[in-house]
Amino acid sequence: MSTATPAEEQSIVEPLADRPMHHAREARPHEDPHAHSSPTPVGFWIYLMSDCVIFGALFATYAVLGGSYAGGPVPKDLFEPGFIAVETALLLFSSVTFGLAMLRAGKADTNGTLMWLAVTALFGAGFIGMEIYEFNHLIHLGAGPDRSAFLSSFFALVGTHGLHVTGGLIWLITLMVQIRMHGLIGPNMQRLGTLSMFWHFLDLVWIGVFSFVYLVRLI
Amino acid sequence: MASEHLQPAETFSPIFGRLTLDWIPIHEPILIGTFAGVALGGLLVFALMTYFRLWVPFWKNWVTTVDHKKIGIMYMVLAFVMMVRGFADALMMRGQQAMAAGGSEGWLPPHHYDQVFTAHGVIMIFFVAMAFVTGFMNYVMPLQIGARDVAFPFLNNFSFWMTVAGALLVNISLFVGEFARVGWLAFPPLSGANYSTGPGMDYYLWALQIAGVGTTLSGINMIATIVKMRAPGMKLMDMPIFTWTALITNVLIVAAFPVLTATLALLTLDRYMDFRFFTNDFGGNAMMYVNLIWIWGHPEVYILIIPCFGIISEIVSTFSRKPIFGYRTMVWATGCIMVLSFVVWLHHFFTMGSGADVNTFFGITTMIIAVPTGVKIFNWLFTMYKGRVRLEVPMLWTIGFLVTFTIGGMTGVMLAVPPVDFQLHNTLFLIAHFHNVIIGGVVFAVFAGVTYWWPKAFGFKLDEVWGKRAFWLWFVGFYVAFMPLYALGLMGVTRRMNMYPDAGWQPYFIVAAIGALLILAGILCNFMNFYVSIRDRKRLACGSDPWDARTLEWATQSPPAPYNFPEDVSVVGREAFWQMKKENYEFSTDYQPIHMPMGTASGVIISGLALIFGFAMVWYIWWLAIATFVAMLAVGIAHTFNYNRDYYIPADEVRQTEAKGALV
Repeated sequence: MSTATPAEEQSIVEPLADRPMHHAREARPHEDPHAHSSPTPVGFWIYLMSDCVIFGALFATYAVLGGSYAGGPVPKDLFEPGFIAVETALLLFSSVTFGLAMLRAGKADTNGTLMWLAVTALFGAGFIGMEIYEFNHLIHLGAGPDRSAFLSSFFALVGTHGLHVTGGLIWLITLMVQIRMHGLIGPNMQRLGTLSMFWHFLDLVWIGVFSFVYLVRLI
Repeated sequence: MASEHLQPAETFSPIFGRLTLDWIPIHEPILIGTFAGVALGGLLVFALMTYFRLWVPFWKNWVTTVDHKKIGIMYMVLAFVMMVRGFADALMMRGQQAMAAGGSEGWLPPHHYDQVFTAHGVIMIFFVAMAFVTGFMNYVMPLQIGARDVAFPFLNNFSFWMTVAGALLVNISLFVGEFARVGWLAFPPLSGANYSTGPGMDYYLWALQIAGVGTTLSGINMIATIVKMRAPGMKLMDMPIFTWTALITNVLIVAAFPVLTATLALLTLDRYMDFRFFTNDFGGNAMMYVNLIWIWGHPEVYILIIPCFGIISEIVSTFSRKPIFGYRTMVWATGCIMVLSFVVWLHHFFTMGSGADVNTFFGITTMIIAVPTGVKIFNWLFTMYKGRVRLEVPMLWTIGFLVTFTIGGMTGVMLAVPPVDFQLHNTLFLIAHFHNVIIGGVVFAVFAGVTYWWPKAFGFKLDEVWGKRAFWLWFVGFYVAFMPLYALGLMGVTRRMNMYPDAGWQPYFIVAAIGALLILAGILCNFMNFYVSIRDRKRLACGSDPWDARTLEWATQSPPAPYNFPEDVSVVGREAFWQMKKENYEFSTDYQPIHMPMGTASGVIISGLALIFGFAMVWYIWWLAIATFVAMLAVGIAHTFNYNRDYYIPADEVRQTEAKGALV
């Protein structure tokens, strides 16, 4: 392993006793013992944290402006607990089914993975459908984002989450096509892992939205 | 620049949105002249590139490259080009204020002047200072940690081109429409739909939003690089100080830029879809914007200066022939500044009226930042103390930095005292203060760094005579230009004035204008230096280690081969290259194939589409906005279908490259 050059051996500087000298290392592709593991999971975590800051800013805006009704409707007039409970359940179940897809992928079961991903996508699409219905309903009631600062901050926060889920759905469908094309190869497994992080992250944010935007304002 | 008028929505065309011929500023001689100059220059470059058949190599070797070194150089080129634009704005303002005293109107009408100071601030911060520090981090940091490239090479290329797209959008506003007239942070309600009706404010929003995507992604990329790609054996506490500052800067970017993204998005919703975040009515709260934007804005100034602390640390240590004094305190001081930078934002608006206790808290946190910064200043001084200091050009800039930045820091501590701030808020004293830290801090450090790492990038030094001329003109020019502004600020002169009644102020403004001209001469010397040095590159050729440096980036050829290091370097302890020199280390000649990422055009294509998307959104050309947005998604998705993203450089090619040595 160590290929000390003659120059190194004759070095006039005493190397520190407990420290190895610099040495050239043979870089063997694929079997390099020190090869860096993929930076993607770390990078994606950092991205999620930055996204978290975006949501943080929107939550803060909702906290500051959430009581500025400008004489317009208040949460009790607008939010229906049953509707939101179903919406929340859809998203939470989609996280469970994504977990099941990951388990199938870990067992190298391509069809099982694709099946659970499809179920996840259906749950996600159901969630988005309900959200679009809710927004549409509110706007028709005259409680659109232009009615008050409270409604502006509501639409911005919930809508940003919805856009993220929509993006996740597009990613999910793309990845399903790619898994069909190439199977559960290394890069696809990595993508599946990062998408799974993204999906669970959105679930987590929704729990914040559910508690802070809806639940607290209804009790 | 058509004068501001409320365009009724009925006049919008389905094809061109609100873009009409009225928005082409054919009756503005200054802009026509500028356009002629830019067009002629552009044509000349186009003709020369065509004549020398450079388009294909340019596309292959630069536009689609994922090599962090080339991307770093392109960031620097972008910064220098935009610096010319931003400095032209500065000269126009200094000229205006030198003339417009005691009833005279000067040469810029308010409508134009307001755009000039907004563009100056936006360009200098986002597309000059940010591009400079990102360029340095891109070029130097991976080499300092012994990496082959950054963690996500494609993302790096994409980030750069998104930054370019933002810069282009700002420049397009010069010739199509107008720019914002709101100051660089665009406070509502002035920047809201009711008071900024034209496209200028929308140019601002989309340019910053597009460039901001690039900055955030680049921040994520750099952190992942430092965390995952360090040479075997390099512990965090072994990293060169510049790499440490790069790490901390990018943590700040990732933590702060999303706030900017969110804030600008909220303002965009206010302007485009009648949301009520920052409006005067319907429960909106404009101070919410001011808080949010400064929660990003204060960390932003540290994003600019912290990498510069890193540059200065490397140079002081190299040119004093000593390890940096107090390495650990340097790292911890930088970490403290990182944390503190998030708890001082309110000092930008003590006058908001939060009350004495809130102002006291933010006043004290602000003053506390002077402590870790002082630690750094003393560390640099103690590094020089009893060192063999060589007063070459990088060291001149460094000493200029130390003196000037310290003065700027002290006026900052003055402004941190709330009662003083009530007197000086929004006066030219503030303008003098932040130019004192940004020119004396960021710009001087950038020129120090350019002079220091130029031989790394190109294999020859910059010319010493022209370098000294540039330094002295900048150094003297800075003091002549900004000391009068301190005095004027103390007299109560507010910022952003198009004209003023008191002719007694005029002599100060004239002196400041002379200072700006000295800086102009300094900039000309900078460019002359590049020209002379490239012309005389044979004479200035200098080998791979011209400064007797200490950190790992100098261990490889200058300019480095695409793969940076012919083999992985094991690192033990700090100052890896200094140790290697002491041990007469040589790379083995037993080369192995090297794994490399492939170039791709996806980044530049998506960014080009983002530019058109931004333009379409500014002008309400909805069909084009939808089309380009869908196209961006499609290209992005298509990119993920390409699984063939890397290749190996064969061992023979590595051997040949290493045997040839670096060529100038």
